[in-house]
Amino acid sequence: MVFYAKRLAHMVFVLWAIATILFLMFRLLPGDPTIAYLDPSFTGEQRQMILHDFGLDQPLWWQYVLFLGNLLHGQFGLSFRQRLPVTDMILSVLPNTLLLTLVALIAAYAFGALVGALMAWKRGGALETIGIPLVLATRAAPEFWIGMVLLAVFAFGVGWFPAGGATSPGAVFTSNLARYSSADFLRHLVLPAFTLMIYLQGLPLLLMRSNMLEVMGEEFVIMARMKGLPERTIMLRHAARNALLPLVTAFALGFGATLGGDVVVETVFSWPGLGRMLVDAVSSSDYPLAQGAFLMIAAVLVTMNLLADIAYGLLDPRVAHGRR
Amino acid sequence: MDGGSTIVLPAKRRGLRTALRRYFADPYAVVGCVIYVVFIVLGILAGWLAQYDPTEILFTDDGQLAASLPPSAAHWLGTTNLGRDIFSQLVMGIRPSLFVGITAAVGVSALGTAVGVLAGYFGGVVDTLLMRLTDVVLGLPFLPFVIVLAALLGPSLQNVVFSVVILLWPNAARIIRAQLLTLMQRQFIEAARVTGASHSRIILVHILPNILPLSLLYGSISVGWAILTQASVSFLGFGDQDTISWGFMLQDAYASQALSQAQYNWFVPPGLCIVFVVAAGFFLSRGYENLIFPKLKQ
Repeated sequence: MVFYAKRLAHMVFVLWAIATILFLMFRLLPGDPTIAYLDPSFTGEQRQMILHDFGLDQPLWWQYVLFLGNLLHGQFGLSFRQRLPVTDMILSVLPNTLLLTLVALIAAYAFGALVGALMAWKRGGALETIGIPLVLATRAAPEFWIGMVLLAVFAFGVGWFPAGGATSPGAVFTSNLARYSSADFLRHLVLPAFTLMIYLQGLPLLLMRSNMLEVMGEEFVIMARMKGLPERTIMLRHAARNALLPLVTAFALGFGATLGGDVVVETVFSWPGLGRMLVDAVSSSDYPLAQGAFLMIAAVLVTMNLLADIAYGLLDPRVAHGRR
Repeated sequence: MDGGSTIVLPAKRRGLRTALRRYFADPYAVVGCVIYVVFIVLGILAGWLAQYDPTEILFTDDGQLAASLPPSAAHWLGTTNLGRDIFSQLVMGIRPSLFVGITAAVGVSALGTAVGVLAGYFGGVVDTLLMRLTDVVLGLPFLPFVIVLAALLGPSLQNVVFSVVILLWPNAARIIRAQLLTLMQRQFIEAARVTGASHSRIILVHILPNILPLSLLYGSISVGWAILTQASVSFLGFGDQDTISWGFMLQDAYASQALSQAQYNWFVPPGLCIVFVVAAGFFLSRGYENLIFPKLKQ
């Protein structure tokens, strides 16, 4: 219990520190954030009014207090450009990002675990000789470039999939559920999810392979062999099951990290998600929106790190002993 | 086993030779090295290899804009939609990538080593403060933070290197600190302290040589990350628009509808170059890992 409380306090501290860094970065770095927003033709009075609306005429420390207070209420302020509450804007695109990430991650981990186990089983075979350099190459390829090639081939080339967005223009849905389960949405999801998957599968694959190799040398596997169990049973029921454990932690960590990496994939496919919102907000100097999107991604990342930590202790009690 | 016997250390040079032989016994390390050497040589010769100025707008003999030409003898990889020579851009793009990769690697290993050594050596409050700082930096989403920094500091290669360095050092620092904690228990450190060696002497003479392999490993891993990051930042439009880099070429191709025009000759080569250089970095660090942790090799 003490461990969980400590970890939670630690997480809150990290989030507070990140929020503070972000606040200071946007306000103290050279360049006036309001320049991008304020038209030079505004009169001094108009300028003051807008500054006042956004609370930018207050002293820095008071802005900081207001900022933290709003954060506690889940409020990120108003978008400079759209004049809408940032929280609402983020929540409206969040499902798109979460769905994309989850689908890609699950596909990547299923594929990685399967092929990684197979590689360890058929050690030294052709699969490994060709497979490992290929996997390392996918880890080395920029995600957006994989996306560009897929777009050129499957969207513009053979025309199987749409070139961008999450739904066809003009499509109307009765509910969110209908929207996310519609064939239209799923067709739009294929290419970005596949791009992310190609990038993500390398880690679970290599991890699974090395875990398997390690587990295969353990006594219970030798025992199973001595019992005369068929090789298939040994590999699947004994070795693979145990080798899967570390993948659970990697999945949680991967979820947090992917959310940050989604930025490029979402941009390539014009996918209306959190990452693209962040890029748009930063390039149009919409600081409240950029701040909100960034903090949202950071919050997911830090939470996932915490979950990974907890899962690690629960799944492998040997680890938990050393903590406290 | 009498206490008076001296331990015979192998001669330094032979040690290096065995290390090199063991390193290059790994086929990945050899391939990685070859790719690096090729790219470094091409990078040095880039000015001579590029037949055209990569930013120059070219015209055909009959005065037409040499736009979107397919690959030919005059333009090995064809031209962009604005009549720029793609091959020349590609070879000139080697330089910024190598610059970013190598400087970021040096920065990450230097900063990571410094923090790890300070935290592990002095312990106590210094350790706690530095480790909390590490936690905070590890909580920052990587690419979003680089973008925000690039937007605030302005687009330039140096700023990309700076962001990569301040985000990647914690991984190296954590491992090096852990290594230092075990190192501090060793007798030769205590012996040095008893004989009155100063902090700086212990760190520089006794600790650093033992830590160096690890910091080099983390440096070599950072090369690939830095190159990928630079490409992503350029692609998202936060890169230096005056530097021809592979990321810039890809962004240019994407924004100029090269995908729908099926100009594979434009957007495939820069991506492949990135794959080669970054994968070579992975291969190199893999061979290197086998060298430092021989037990891991199975």
